[in-house]
Amino acid sequence: MSTLSDRPRNSVVGEAVPHESAALHVTGRALYTDDLVSRTRDVLHAFPVQAPHAHALVTRLDVTPAHAVPGVVRVLTADDVPGVNDAGVKHDEPLFPSEVMFYGHAVCWVLAESLEAARLGASAVVVDYEPLPSLVTVTDAIAVASFQGAQPHLERGDVEAGLDRSTHVFSGDFEFAGQEHFYLETHAALALVDENEQIFVQSRTQHPSETQEIVAHVLGLASHEVTVQCLRMGGGFGGKEMQPHGFAAIAALGATLTGRPVRLRLTRNHDMTMTGKRHGFHATWRVGFDGDGRLQALDATLTADGGWSLDLSEPVLARALCHIDNAYWIPDVRVNGRIARTHKTSQTAFRGFGGPQGMLVIEDVLGRCAPLLGIAAADLRRRNFYSAGQATPYGQPVRHPERVVTAWDQVLTTSDFAARTAEVTAFNLAHEDSKRGLAITPVKFGISFNLTAFNQAGALVHVYKDGSVLINHGGTEMGQGLHTKMLQVAATTLGVPLPTVRLAPTRTDKVPNTSATAASSGADLNGGAVKNACDQIIERLRTVAGGRLGINPADVRFEGGQVHGVGDPSACIPWAELVRQAYFQRVQLWAAGYYRTEGLHWDSSLMQGEPFKYFSYGVAATEVEVDGFTGAYRTRRVDIVHDVGESLSPLVDIGQIEGGFVQGAGWLTLEDLRWDTGDGPTRGRLATQAASTYKLPSFSEMPEVFHVSLLQDAHEDGVVYGSKAVGEPPLMLAFSVREALRQAAAAFGPPGTSVDLASPATPEAVYWALEGARAAGTKAEHRHLVEGSHLVEGGHGIVPAQPGPDAHALHPISERWANGEAADAGAAGAVDDESTGPGEHVGAHR
Amino acid sequence: MLVVNDAPTTLDLEPRVSLLDALREHLHLTGTKKGCNQGACGACTVLVDGRRVLACLTLAMQVEGREVTTIEGVGPHPLQAAFVRRDGLQCGYCTPGQICSAIGMVAEHRHGAASVVTDDVTTTPDLTPEEIRERMSGNLCRCGAYNGIVEAIVDTAPAMAEMAPALTPVPA
Repeated sequence: MSTLSDRPRNSVVGEAVPHESAALHVTGRALYTDDLVSRTRDVLHAFPVQAPHAHALVTRLDVTPAHAVPGVVRVLTADDVPGVNDAGVKHDEPLFPSEVMFYGHAVCWVLAESLEAARLGASAVVVDYEPLPSLVTVTDAIAVASFQGAQPHLERGDVEAGLDRSTHVFSGDFEFAGQEHFYLETHAALALVDENEQIFVQSRTQHPSETQEIVAHVLGLASHEVTVQCLRMGGGFGGKEMQPHGFAAIAALGATLTGRPVRLRLTRNHDMTMTGKRHGFHATWRVGFDGDGRLQALDATLTADGGWSLDLSEPVLARALCHIDNAYWIPDVRVNGRIARTHKTSQTAFRGFGGPQGMLVIEDVLGRCAPLLGIAAADLRRRNFYSAGQATPYGQPVRHPERVVTAWDQVLTTSDFAARTAEVTAFNLAHEDSKRGLAITPVKFGISFNLTAFNQAGALVHVYKDGSVLINHGGTEMGQGLHTKMLQVAATTLGVPLPTVRLAPTRTDKVPNTSATAASSGADLNGGAVKNACDQIIERLRTVAGGRLGINPADVRFEGGQVHGVGDPSACIPWAELVRQAYFQRVQLWAAGYYRTEGLHWDSSLMQGEPFKYFSYGVAATEVEVDGFTGAYRTRRVDIVHDVGESLSPLVDIGQIEGGFVQGAGWLTLEDLRWDTGDGPTRGRLATQAASTYKLPSFSEMPEVFHVSLLQDAHEDGVVYGSKAVGEPPLMLAFSVREALRQAAAAFGPPGTSVDLASPATPEAVYWALEGARAAGTKAEHRHLVEGSHLVEGGHGIVPAQPGPDAHALHPISERWANGEAADAGAAGAVDDESTGPGEHVGAHR
Repeated sequence: MLVVNDAPTTLDLEPRVSLLDALREHLHLTGTKKGCNQGACGACTVLVDGRRVLACLTLAMQVEGREVTTIEGVGPHPLQAAFVRRDGLQCGYCTPGQICSAIGMVAEHRHGAASVVTDDVTTTPDLTPEEIRERMSGNLCRCGAYNGIVEAIVDTAPAMAEMAPALTPVPA
């Protein structure tokens, strides 16, 4: 067992402590970025001028009328940018565009003494546009081959041979929607030039280092001239990983030009119409099963709807490809990926980061094929689980596959699955106009950034002379409890009570070159770094204590704020006393910690390697009841067993599992993004741009019974204190809701009905699914394909498209830097970012 | 002239300023949050004369002469401790609104208000988790901390009912 994962007795990690800011939250004292405005003098307010076209050229921009509006101080345009007019890491996102790429694209920003004056000023700006043809749907883009970026290809074995030897072959297609983050706190930034002429930006960003980089390159400054701080975020979910940079840059540019602090806070409508969302996907597939329902081959092409720019679409797509197997062994696999360029917001990271999209495809395939195979969906899933010794399609051995079996069996038992399945069947026989469904689904999710370089973190730990401890790390807090866990890690490593440790806000001048707080990796990476810093301090104090106690330093123990010899707690030194003594002995009482995840390697051009430190597992069983007249449904009960390793903070982890499940259920059943796809003047406009039209999970949709358990005996070797990541994986437990709805809809038809269910499975979608099932009952076949279903028997009905000659593999510039290739940009053979060279940001891929 | 958290307060505002902006931008009481600014998320819920209102849909001038209680003025309250104990929050952005809403909700219930899930509207139903979920459904929590919130309210409902003020009829 490594010392990283070795957990001491009576440790503070593992205690169910409240969120570190809980007392501030319940009293309203917790400050978010926009709350700082009232503490700042002479603030200017920023407001965007949004284009009313999905795609157009800006032919004239006249800002002079805005200056006639009382209170308007300045209008920011492309001419004001001293550095690079770009807000992204791929150099494809002009901060001030000359070509409008989506409805609502901001073409310039007005600064004024009040928000109202800025708004009036923005409405006074005159912009002439030359409208251009636009692509609004992913199928529009596919039809004209409008793609952007790399087209990764993942292959193992011989998929044609696998299909040939299959007893049953099906093919189909499936298009499913994205998701709006709807973090309750919209994007905001507050920028000023401080007393040292440092650009200081308060930003709600999951990636302060990248916000710093973008602000610096827009302003034409070096990174050391810009500091970014993130106090906390009112939710992030991936939506504040790449999207904050441009807004921070606007505020910083305004502050630089006017000499006054600038506040930029998006309204909800701004936020929904201007910022990226979860990618919707289009998928075509062929699948083969043997006579027992064992998967033999899968051939799939996934097309992510990337929106107008690349943003994080390439790594999102890569993760989708790497999760199309979910928890299932598929001998022969071929998966192609591509990114549609459409005239919509630039879709971005969202909890799961492509993983949910990849997994949704295979879960949809299994859910639709199970009735056609004559196998219960739960049995079909169970018999395809990975077993020991097998590897994923990208070549990573699946470690601990028995954990998903353990969790599965535990859920079957605790949910009384067999008896309730019989009850559901009886209920369905007895009720013509309402039906129930009970489904169980697994999750296997890879933990680490796909891109190896991002798997590093730093921390800074100070022990003051009085024994109090101040920690800082590179991760950001968005409600996920990262700071709580880091305090627990520091208290455990230093052997002090939790209140001895305090945490300072995340800032780029404390810990540089941080990775985004993303990929569920915040606690793994920053916990490793915090522990490393604390270990260094402990090693120094150990020598001091050993000398004073007259024992070998190796025998010194730090526990509960006391320092004593192993096995002899009688002679102990209070922590604060030892610290003071160490100071007078001139011992360094602070340390910079660093952590890099060991054992990772990944070749993105081949889509092969071992990109993940480990897999997180979970299983959920969900029962729903569907009304046959309306498609309305309610979730009667949910049972979850989830693997978080040995929990660092059980209260936080349970909250993450519940919240992830709820958010996943929102994506799959409620949240319905609609863009105007008509040819009228508002083509491309997001029609659902507020909570009034975009249905979010509320108290009312909560399961009536909701049981969550942590998988026991789940210590994870090689990870901080034996824990596992928890942020993203639980979202995908919500597949069980969707599959339960499918089964309930199928129950309206004859046995063996295969139901084609739209995603999101809104009540309307469920209604049409169950209507289809009813109609299937009027046909004579033994097995029932719903009329109009996009699923056919045999492999020639729907054939996934294969990459064309101009398709190129992923090979991010960041990998080229690691290999020393990037100094000679363009020589690496990849064309995705050939125009870039030294000085390019390395954040484009993860 | 109004009373905010027991303090008589005079504001000189343009008549279209919402109560939410008056609190945040003019009185610098930033505990009340702006989530959607159109009455759909509940983050801005405050109490006016003991009743819960959405501050974003209320004009400041509508509360002339009335008592406004924000999250800064509710405590110390047992529900705050229960939210901490039951982990009724994650990012915390909805929390002030949830707490104000729950206090107002219990007061409404104590005065006999029925909800859409109340079977017999001629009697006051018990404040079951189902009733609580329905009555709190105007307060969104994007992090999904709903279970903890319901538990915190269940724990505290009897104490809150005792603390609940007498509600005057809603002004026309």
